[in-house]
Amino acid sequence: MSPRTRAWLVAVGGSGLAALLVAACFGLPEFGGDSHPYGDRAVEASLAHRTANTIASVNFDQRAFDTLGELTILFAAVLGCVVLLRQTRDEHRARPRPAEVDPPVRRYALLVLPVALLTGLYVVAHGQLSPGGGFQGGVVAATALHLLYLGADYRALERVRPVGLYEVGDAVAVSAYLVTGVAALLGGAAFLANTLLPHGTFNTLSSGGTVPLLNAAVGMEVACAVVVLLARFLDQAVEIEEESGT
Amino acid sequence: MDVFAYLVAAWIFLAGCYGLATSRDLIHAVGCLSVCQSATYVLLLAVGYRDGATAPVFSDLEPGARPVVDPVVQALALTDVVVGATVTALLLALVVQVSKRHGTVDPDELSELRG
Repeated sequence: MSPRTRAWLVAVGGSGLAALLVAACFGLPEFGGDSHPYGDRAVEASLAHRTANTIASVNFDQRAFDTLGELTILFAAVLGCVVLLRQTRDEHRARPRPAEVDPPVRRYALLVLPVALLTGLYVVAHGQLSPGGGFQGGVVAATALHLLYLGADYRALERVRPVGLYEVGDAVAVSAYLVTGVAALLGGAAFLANTLLPHGTFNTLSSGGTVPLLNAAVGMEVACAVVVLLARFLDQAVEIEEESGT
Repeated sequence: MDVFAYLVAAWIFLAGCYGLATSRDLIHAVGCLSVCQSATYVLLLAVGYRDGATAPVFSDLEPGARPVVDPVVQALALTDVVVGATVTALLLALVVQVSKRHGTVDPDELSELRG
């Protein structure tokens, strides 16, 4: 197809889609309206299970089964990246050279690293109380480790990041989520139902029943997944080189 | 003003589609797909908004003291972000392999079949 025909096709299809979208916008419920039946019921259910952060309650209590699907997507995507970005026959691994880092960058990175790691763990642990949770905190914790790559060099990062261990951690975390669900089943309730643990006192760290447990499992899975993903991409950029002369 | 937020979502989506259709670089195309996806964040959060409401987090808010925005769509937006990030990672991994095998990331030059 010539670029000209394609431009025409995009223009015609795009304007049609735009017209439909604009028409749909005028058919949507009024912006800022007061009618949110699902939202009101979600808030009630969350308060009944003494979970202060309603979004955590929706994700890990009311829609816990959907979150299992989401975790599976993440797991499968990481698996796909690991398979796609492995070293092929015509490539070899070059040992990365030690890199020079400006002292201010090094100082700042090493100073912020523990703070960022702690922030990540805090966000995971307080997922049922304040905005945040396993997904957000896991990403913060995983990226905190990579400050070592900015502040020192790739070899320093490799020393604190045995990728194999994180791959195992990823799988263990998904299994932990499943096991929590099965435990509810053994307790005579539905799969992943929040009946296993007492719901605790509202607005304390141990409130929300299984929500903190599932949050922790998700936090571990996301942190491990992000570390493994970034490791594969960094390997491609830093270590794996094409065989010369082939 | 009532439909402004919805129209913004539609605009972002169409801008992403335009970028995808005219892309000459696969990495640029993956970026455009993320733009399309960010339209869904705007749409979801706009659907859940309620006038004068605050975040549905009750750690520092007396339940019932103030209206809160719809928590269901916020949870959906979180799912959306996670799925978007994983899809982007997977597509970028594919682009890395395409670039290695074919020596180009221009989709127009990738038409020939290679065994």
